[in-house]
Amino acid sequence: MPASQTETSLPDRFGPYGGRYVPETLIPALDELEQAWIEASSDAVFMGELDALLADYCGRPTPLYLATRISEEVGHEVWLKREDLMHTGSHKLNNALGQALLAKRMGKTRMIAETGAGSHGVASATACALLGVQCIVYMGSEDMRRQAPNVERMRMLGTEVRPVEDGTRTLKEAVSAAIRDWVTNVHDTHYILGSAVGPAPFPAIVKALQRRIGDESREQILAKAGRLPDRAIACIGGGSNAIGMFAGFMDDPSVALVGVEAAGDGVDTPRHGAPLTVGGRPGILHGSLSAIMQNDEGQILEAHSISAGLDYPGTGPEHAWLRDSGRAQYVAVTDQQAVDAFKKVARLEGIVPALETAHAFAYVFDGPRDSTLDVVCLSGRGDKDLAEVLARD
Amino acid sequence: MTDQATPTRPQNAGAERIEQAIRGTKRRAALMPYMMGGYPDLATSVEIGKACAAGGADLIELGIPYSDPLADGPVIQAAGTVALDNGATFDGVLGVCRELSALLPVVVMTYANIVQARGAEAFCASLVAAGASGAIVPDLPPEESGELLAHADRAGLALVPLIAPTTPDDRLSLVGARARGFLYTVSVTGITGERSGSSAYQEVIDRARRATDVPVALGFGISTGEQARAAADAGADGVIVGSMLVRLAGGPDPIAAVRAAVQQLADGLDR
Repeated sequence: MPASQTETSLPDRFGPYGGRYVPETLIPALDELEQAWIEASSDAVFMGELDALLADYCGRPTPLYLATRISEEVGHEVWLKREDLMHTGSHKLNNALGQALLAKRMGKTRMIAETGAGSHGVASATACALLGVQCIVYMGSEDMRRQAPNVERMRMLGTEVRPVEDGTRTLKEAVSAAIRDWVTNVHDTHYILGSAVGPAPFPAIVKALQRRIGDESREQILAKAGRLPDRAIACIGGGSNAIGMFAGFMDDPSVALVGVEAAGDGVDTPRHGAPLTVGGRPGILHGSLSAIMQNDEGQILEAHSISAGLDYPGTGPEHAWLRDSGRAQYVAVTDQQAVDAFKKVARLEGIVPALETAHAFAYVFDGPRDSTLDVVCLSGRGDKDLAEVLARD
Repeated sequence: MTDQATPTRPQNAGAERIEQAIRGTKRRAALMPYMMGGYPDLATSVEIGKACAAGGADLIELGIPYSDPLADGPVIQAAGTVALDNGATFDGVLGVCRELSALLPVVVMTYANIVQARGAEAFCASLVAAGASGAIVPDLPPEESGELLAHADRAGLALVPLIAPTTPDDRLSLVGARARGFLYTVSVTGITGERSGSSAYQEVIDRARRATDVPVALGFGISTGEQARAAADAGADGVIVGSMLVRLAGGPDPIAAVRAAVQQLADGLDR
């Protein structure tokens, strides 16, 4: 392998956030991953293969759609970036496919992933089926209950779904279980981390793979509306669809970047998933320093959200820095607001959004309307959430 | 045993006490049991630590429970959860440390966010005030441990780093040069937990030895007298046993069970 030309590295810190807080066993694997990505991303053959698959297999670029009835309802133009129309029904495949392709190039024969709502698990299972490699997905047993259809899909794709019974049996524990597997099997295994979290270089790689959302959106809105949006809005748990959307507009100071977290029962209760909105002392979770939910002792708190994908007490380190630096703004909406928005979008537009995405819509409906044009990341479709929403009626 | 301290390595009281305990053991290698502070509860864990000392331990590794311990297998992970549920706090476990440090050197093992929550300086000061001789933070690799190491050196606390079988040769000296008290040598690629058989200890111990001049202690996956003996045969200065003892600490009659098990390990290490 030529060590000559691109002796560069990926960002490992975003302001004070990020880093690599993992056992020594994993450090060489993270170095190897970083170098592999630097080489692959400047290799025209590799990127050509990824581009072709994203176009012909996944259906990129996804449309940017003017949601006329939502626009009427809120009194300004609302454009939807239709990641729900991508293969597997969410933005997660952008990242899972890119990482799986990279890992195969690195000679890894076994892939593991974590999943909360199941979208990243399905995306990983899909990419691994396509590439013919083994896939194991860790999923909290509570999430397996909430997202049963996605469990069936993963199994149909030949993936083994391993239930995680620790703690609250949700996303945090699934990530921990996947990291422990990786520590044990690091020689032949790649961990397809599904969000913009984790030790460096994961946040940078996930952003590089998800920024197509924002780059396409920018090009499309300029072509269709002839202008930039006032706001780019995305829901945020770990923050992969949000960082992908924000990346496209980062250098456009007139575009406000808004990340919508899960307020659960309310940010004034302990039952939420909104570490960026609530603030407090930064902490270390799953390998990076970021905004997290913790008690005074430094123990990680349980998050709560009706949406399994946002039910996580941490968030990506770059988001913590975007908040501190003032470039992006983070807000939170409650479970009830998300459910109301979920139903409203279904009836106004004939689109059933994921419960995660419904948080972004709740902000459009209930938040300030000081905008003339919004671009909203419709990060995924909501078939998986129907039972959960109907059960609340 | 050749003991040549590099003159440039900052010495401190904690490191000295640890090295004396390891090098001064009357066994073939020092016996270094791990216990989870506050498990099953604070009062019992003090007695478990005393039982380790009575059973022949040379040093104690005392875990401060953390909600998300990424380097630990199911046994230690579950013990941490129980300890937290039963009210174990940082100060509570340091109370255990204070009692045990009168008997033998104590090295506190916990995770980076527990350090982060207090700040490195206050963390070190608290440990020293509780009589701890050292600290192990498995998710603070050298790249992230600069601040803690500086404060630990200043406070007289030995910060013990880890090397793994995956650590490449060109990284060994980076880790080894930062070792205080001992170099924690991970015997297997993986997390803590009992494993059958004894893997190739020789190679990992030889690599550790080349990386540092402080004592080399082997841990992860060691639970039987034969494995402890195999580690000593391969030249380990110390042997760390964790999950097996933590499992006994959660069973019936934990104090007697841990004492008997430590005694048995000690017998395995007799000259």
